[in-house]
Amino acid sequence: MSEAILRVFRGDANGGEEKEYKVPVEEGMVVLDALHYIQAEYDGDLAVRWNCKAAKCGSCSTEINGKPQLACKSRMDKFPEGQPIRVYPIKAFPVMKDLVTDVSWNYETNKKIPEFTPATDEEFTMYQDDVERIQEFRKCIECFMCQNVCHILRNHDRKDAFFGPRFMIKIAERVMHPMEKIDRREFLKDEAGVGYCNITKCCTEVCPEDIHITDNGIIPLKERVADKYFDPLSWVLRKIKGK
Amino acid sequence: MENYETHTHDVLIIGAGGAGLRAAIESSAQGASTGLVCKSLLGKAHTVMAEGGMAAALANVDPKDDWKTHFKDTIYGGKMLNNWKMPFNHANEAPERVRELEHWGAVFDRTPKGKINQRAFGGHTWKRLAHVGDRTGLEMIRTLQDKGIHTGIDVYMECTITHLIKDGDKIAGAFGYWRESGKFVLFKAKSIILATGGVGKAYKVTSNSWEYTGDGQSMAYDIGAELIDMEFIQFHPTGMVWPPSIRGVLVTEAVRGEGGLLRNSEGERFMEKYDPERMELSTRDVVARSIYTEVKEGRGTPHGGAYLYISHKGADYIKKKLPSMYHQFMEFADVDITKDPMEVYPTTHYIMGGIRVDGDTCATTIPGLYAAGEVSGGMHGANRLGGNSLSDLLVFGKRSGEAAAAYANSVSTNLNIQAEQVEAYANEILAPFSSTDGENPYSIHQDLQDVMGDYVGVFRNKENLEKGIAEVDKLKDRAKNMKIEGSRMYNPGWHLCRDLKSMLMVSEAIAKCALQREESRGAHSRVDFEGYDDEKWGKVNSSINLQGDSMNVTTTPLPEMPDELKSLFTEGS
Ligand code: SF4
Ligand code: SF4
Ligand code: FES
Repeated sequence: MSEAILRVFRGDANGGEEKEYKVPVEEGMVVLDALHYIQAEYDGDLAVRWNCKAAKCGSCSTEINGKPQLACKSRMDKFPEGQPIRVYPIKAFPVMKDLVTDVSWNYETNKKIPEFTPATDEEFTMYQDDVERIQEFRKCIECFMCQNVCHILRNHDRKDAFFGPRFMIKIAERVMHPMEKIDRREFLKDEAGVGYCNITKCCTEVCPEDIHITDNGIIPLKERVADKYFDPLSWVLRKIKGK
Repeated sequence: MENYETHTHDVLIIGAGGAGLRAAIESSAQGASTGLVCKSLLGKAHTVMAEGGMAAALANVDPKDDWKTHFKDTIYGGKMLNNWKMPFNHANEAPERVRELEHWGAVFDRTPKGKINQRAFGGHTWKRLAHVGDRTGLEMIRTLQDKGIHTGIDVYMECTITHLIKDGDKIAGAFGYWRESGKFVLFKAKSIILATGGVGKAYKVTSNSWEYTGDGQSMAYDIGAELIDMEFIQFHPTGMVWPPSIRGVLVTEAVRGEGGLLRNSEGERFMEKYDPERMELSTRDVVARSIYTEVKEGRGTPHGGAYLYISHKGADYIKKKLPSMYHQFMEFADVDITKDPMEVYPTTHYIMGGIRVDGDTCATTIPGLYAAGEVSGGMHGANRLGGNSLSDLLVFGKRSGEAAAAYANSVSTNLNIQAEQVEAYANEILAPFSSTDGENPYSIHQDLQDVMGDYVGVFRNKENLEKGIAEVDKLKDRAKNMKIEGSRMYNPGWHLCRDLKSMLMVSEAIAKCALQREESRGAHSRVDFEGYDDEKWGKVNSSINLQGDSMNVTTTPLPEMPDELKSLFTEGS
């Protein structure tokens, strides 16, 4: 059995530091197993969220060697041997303790999205082809890693203006539902801030569920909004270029 | 004592999985002020891990299906030990609950005619499980969560309830702490619904999440509620075996529902020997015992399991119908299930027993206290059919919400909670901080898991069960003095101290009920008492309650089915 070195952030809202631990590695082990080992053997109070340990609940998002990922899905054997594995909380949300962050903003944001409003009380007739694209969005496990990497939230901290990729696809899932009856374009533009997204696709890259957040979700939403309100910037550009 | 927050509600619901959320939606719809407390963040509860589907006789795929067949399947699956009223209500109401979920935004897989699709599952006569690939639980919880947040429920996330409080004989509130800050919180409520789920964390090899520590069962027991049938633990036949760190994680029954085949190391389709008629789609108790037996008799896979093949269905089909399984094996075990077989072995999955409830209202034996979902007992008898749990959560979540709200409305008196009592609970919870020579809760937990696996597992006998009971007793003693490091802020070690107390209580109940029931029925297999004893044990539930400070284990008569329902079982099937 080999041994791994973990450097784990220990601290709270007031700051903290890295602490080093040595952990024996067995076959197939993931970073979350290593954190559990630390809890059982060294520091019982090491805080980390987890539930399923099977990449299904989206609780264990952390930044491992600088890359946001699910601790329960990160195999120890994928990291170069002998080099320390650095485990940090996700950065776009305030640290509560150790690896646990305050993600309540996401829950508040979710509440602002009007619920699914079906056009009929009758039993739905919908075909597989019609629902498949929204089923893609509904795979979301709310790990909030896309929120974590989106530069509008992470670097510019515009949580006041933009709901973030997770909630873009939540709105998309309602907009594209074959039975949905309300027009959400105004909401998308004015409240959810779809215009802030500049299609960098960082969100899509980190999604553990492989949801094509940008291509299948945000871009079609932008198109729908553009259909309703023509975009003033391109209007000005067109004027200048005389087209 | 230190200051603590107080919140007041008509109805307080503890647990925010499928049952808790559905209960909260209903309670709120009835006009009751409703609070919902959960140990995790909202939407992370164990329901999220349910995969295969929810059973409801919608008859979209097999038009012959109806509530009667579903009712009969459930009772046959439960080996006639169900509280008949529950499967009756369940079979009748599940279709409506599923359709309602669709109107709340759940997007089920479709039939070619555009209806909700249904798949085959063990023990169900017809194709009956409404599903979304192999992530049905996620679909359900997200739908209920999104419905719930728009109905005026107050949600208290990452909050652990440690004690239920009575005023006289009636429920009056609940006490606990915020996981983040470690500060205490008191909830005053006229009625409380327990929806805290199961007990799987008392075992090492389990499909259950960390939350499944028997909190509801143990808190209800502490204030005098009766529990039933705790010996019936479902070992799901197919958990992952390899690698070790992932051992126990669920391999959905949908693999078999979609045509998966079980073979031993000799390539034999061994279910032929155990249930030639239903083969892989036999009930879970039978399949689990068959795999166990094959391995024990030397026909296991290299890592000590059975092979489960699905590759013959073709890569496209598998990736579409079983996407999570595909990824799960690829990422965790380096196995491509579109080419190679999975290795599977039984894993602790579900407890059929639980708090005794009324089959219509979910009322427990304590006025004002209700229980719904896995924490309650009676619905599934001695063995649960796959797919019946998700619909159970909806049917009895709703029923409990309705009943709890009505009860809260009828209680006019001002309920009284004694400050001294609250202080005593607070001191009890804080004790591990002041211990100087106590034990690490993690090591007691590991030992408990070993004891339960070794002595109270798939096959049981008197000698082992007695050993198990004695060992749990020793662990209870050790758990009287636990010590932890660090502060009260988000401290998992401290949290484990309370969870461990619950796990010890339910473990004792499981082992004692298993010792008492001298027969084999459903998920309870006694090698020293093989076969059913219908005359004696087929007529009784195991019953557990607290007397003084010791556990009283006895039996109570099984509720008797009315004649018109009984006749369903004699009509030649
Ligand atoms: S594509 Fe849009 S939402 Fe996604 S990370 Fe980039 S800016 Fe954010
Ligand atoms: S969209 Fe993907 S990355 Fe974003 S929260 Fe959902 S699962 Fe996580
Ligand atoms: S623990 Fe559930 S996603 Fe990692």
